[in-house]
Amino acid sequence: MTAPEAAARSRGADPGDDAPVLQAVGLKKHFPVRGLRSHDVVHAVDDVDLELHRGRVVALVGESGSGKSTIARLLAQLMPVTGGQILLHGQDATVRNRRGFRAYVRRVQMIFQDPFGSLNPVHTVRYTLTRSVRIHQGKLRGAELEDALSALLTRVQLTPVERYVDKFPHELSGGQRQRVAIARALSADPEVLLADEPISMLDVSIRLGILNLLRDLRDRLQIAILYITHDIASARYFADRTMVMYAGRVVESGDSESVTQDPKHPYTQLLVRSAPDPEDLDARARGARGEAPSLVRPPAGCRFNPRCPFATDVCRTEVPPLLPVGDGRLAACWGYADRPDRPTLGSVLEVYGERPAVDEQLLAAVEGTSTEVQR
Amino acid sequence: MSVSTFPGTGRGVIPTVADPVLEIRNLSVEYGYDENPTKVLRDVSLTLNRGEVLGLAGESGCGKSTLAYAATRLLPPPGLITGGEVVFRGRDGVEQDILTLSDKDLRASRWQDMAIVFQGAMNSLNPVHRIGRQIVDALQAHVPGISRRDADDRAAHLLELVGISADRVRSYPHQLSGGMRQRVMIAMALALEPQVLIMDEPTTALDVVMQRQIVEQIAELRDRLGFSVIFITHDVSLLIEIADRIAIMYAGEIVEEAHAHDVYRRPRHPYSDGLLHSFPPLRGPRRELTGIPGSPPDLARLPVGCPFRDRCAFAFDACATVSPRLTAPAVPGDTPGRSVACLRHDPAAVTAAGFTPQPVPDRLSL
Repeated sequence: MTAPEAAARSRGADPGDDAPVLQAVGLKKHFPVRGLRSHDVVHAVDDVDLELHRGRVVALVGESGSGKSTIARLLAQLMPVTGGQILLHGQDATVRNRRGFRAYVRRVQMIFQDPFGSLNPVHTVRYTLTRSVRIHQGKLRGAELEDALSALLTRVQLTPVERYVDKFPHELSGGQRQRVAIARALSADPEVLLADEPISMLDVSIRLGILNLLRDLRDRLQIAILYITHDIASARYFADRTMVMYAGRVVESGDSESVTQDPKHPYTQLLVRSAPDPEDLDARARGARGEAPSLVRPPAGCRFNPRCPFATDVCRTEVPPLLPVGDGRLAACWGYADRPDRPTLGSVLEVYGERPAVDEQLLAAVEGTSTEVQR
Repeated sequence: MSVSTFPGTGRGVIPTVADPVLEIRNLSVEYGYDENPTKVLRDVSLTLNRGEVLGLAGESGCGKSTLAYAATRLLPPPGLITGGEVVFRGRDGVEQDILTLSDKDLRASRWQDMAIVFQGAMNSLNPVHRIGRQIVDALQAHVPGISRRDADDRAAHLLELVGISADRVRSYPHQLSGGMRQRVMIAMALALEPQVLIMDEPTTALDVVMQRQIVEQIAELRDRLGFSVIFITHDVSLLIEIADRIAIMYAGEIVEEAHAHDVYRRPRHPYSDGLLHSFPPLRGPRRELTGIPGSPPDLARLPVGCPFRDRCAFAFDACATVSPRLTAPAVPGDTPGRSVACLRHDPAAVTAAGFTPQPVPDRLSL
């Protein structure tokens, strides 16, 4: 048994202990909009609660601009929160100085999307990893250091170690680079890994290799993983729980299988029905319209209401709370509230299926003008 | 809704008689002018029929974008077309080789015959001009004698055609979202009613909901306006939905070409099979997936034989020396017209090289 595995065991002395490792309560981040006398803010993240448990993967799914990466950066304390709290083992973890930050990153590590940008191109794998090992594990030298390096590279399946340890990043493929980035994060022996789109820059054929590696780390080291992605199918494959975000708010959460197979929130339904799936060509949300709202002045009430086919007045005025919609599942939609003025939800499929994607008359008009032009 | 009513699958509208609008024959491209150029495309042949959506899939660096740029003579240096021809057949049946056109003819042919929507098209709009003006520019450059007013009208109509309200003609690109900018690019490409539309990863930078909207729109417009599409992407699952035929590229060669449905249900090349098992399914049983071991080869140091053999579960001794050619798959009862470049399907070539042919594995002969 290697040292990190032993440490993981000792940390997990009490398997019944189900307290979250890292927890966010009422997380909020607003970015000021630049400009003279501008007091506008971008409401990037609002009222997000999140729990990461040992040996569990939570996926955060949403379109670009929905605030998922902001959450990762807040949890990594790369920027201060506007409101809310970050708790590590139940203790307030707000970092106030460099020493505190270093102690925090030893326990919470981040993996970035772009392995081409996150590794310094002028340094070898050995240098990158040695720095990280020395920072987090003390001043190792000689054989001790070599052992640490080879243990790290073996853990991310870059073997034989000699073949990779003296390479520069440009000599490695994208998947190998991402493995080095993961090894660097592991050198701190973290309790939490924040993986911000770790596979979206990689080739299709090697993505699963990285996901399977992360899953292996979760199982063997009992690391808590936050997996951020826009690909809801990979969330289903990899994550235990899935949270869906829309325009800075969590709209649905639950175990991955139920969220993807039986989505409750209309946005989740739209998302699931929009993903390409050759198995089921009929289950398509066609003719859907609209796009994500401006986060400077987000819509009042539910932020999805301008695009939602079922929205009523209550959706346009009051923010829906996360309501229980089944075993361990929550959805922020008034349709599941127990009140008389709630909207009636139907199937997104039926609603969107009816509208044509191209207007007949318009087409005739365009064809008309073009023939005139040719004449 | 039945499959045939969905324009995206388009399987009901494939012309039964092949009517090629674009034929790429033995196209070869090299990068670098020195003694040791990198052979990025090696003898690629591909036919695009009228009204068809042809999907081109493969990983980054396999040459799919290079193929599109070479076929339109847009290849930037140090790319060099070293052989082959690209024959375009107009509506009147006149054939011309794009690669030998004079600069003047080429300029006239571009946009009018073949238009291209670039990768990351959202950033290829000029940020300092209004989008209406950019469409009008293209019209005025290619339609002699068009009045400013007609051009303005047409620009507005084109925007409406792709689902952007006409009052947006006076917007600047930064005032539009990514999806809308992508639509503007598609509107511009359609401005002169081209017969071939080449789309290089048109939806990669977009979210799935927006991707679906754009893809639907392309399919609808294709059905009405009757142009052909070459759709380049790394997302095979998307292609299976929208393409009529799919060509799968690996390391600068086409390794399999077949109808979309056949590729999905009955892949014949081990790489196609691997690609299809590289993305987790959204529905159906959850299964353990492995992807494809290893990584794509370095095109500058390509080994002899099959370029996929190091990652292939079905490689045998002949794969190290014999380069596979596109042949009909050795599976009885296969749809005619499909082809695959794998020695498991080509016992004749294996025997000719003095090796013992191996049978097609069960997995590849479903």
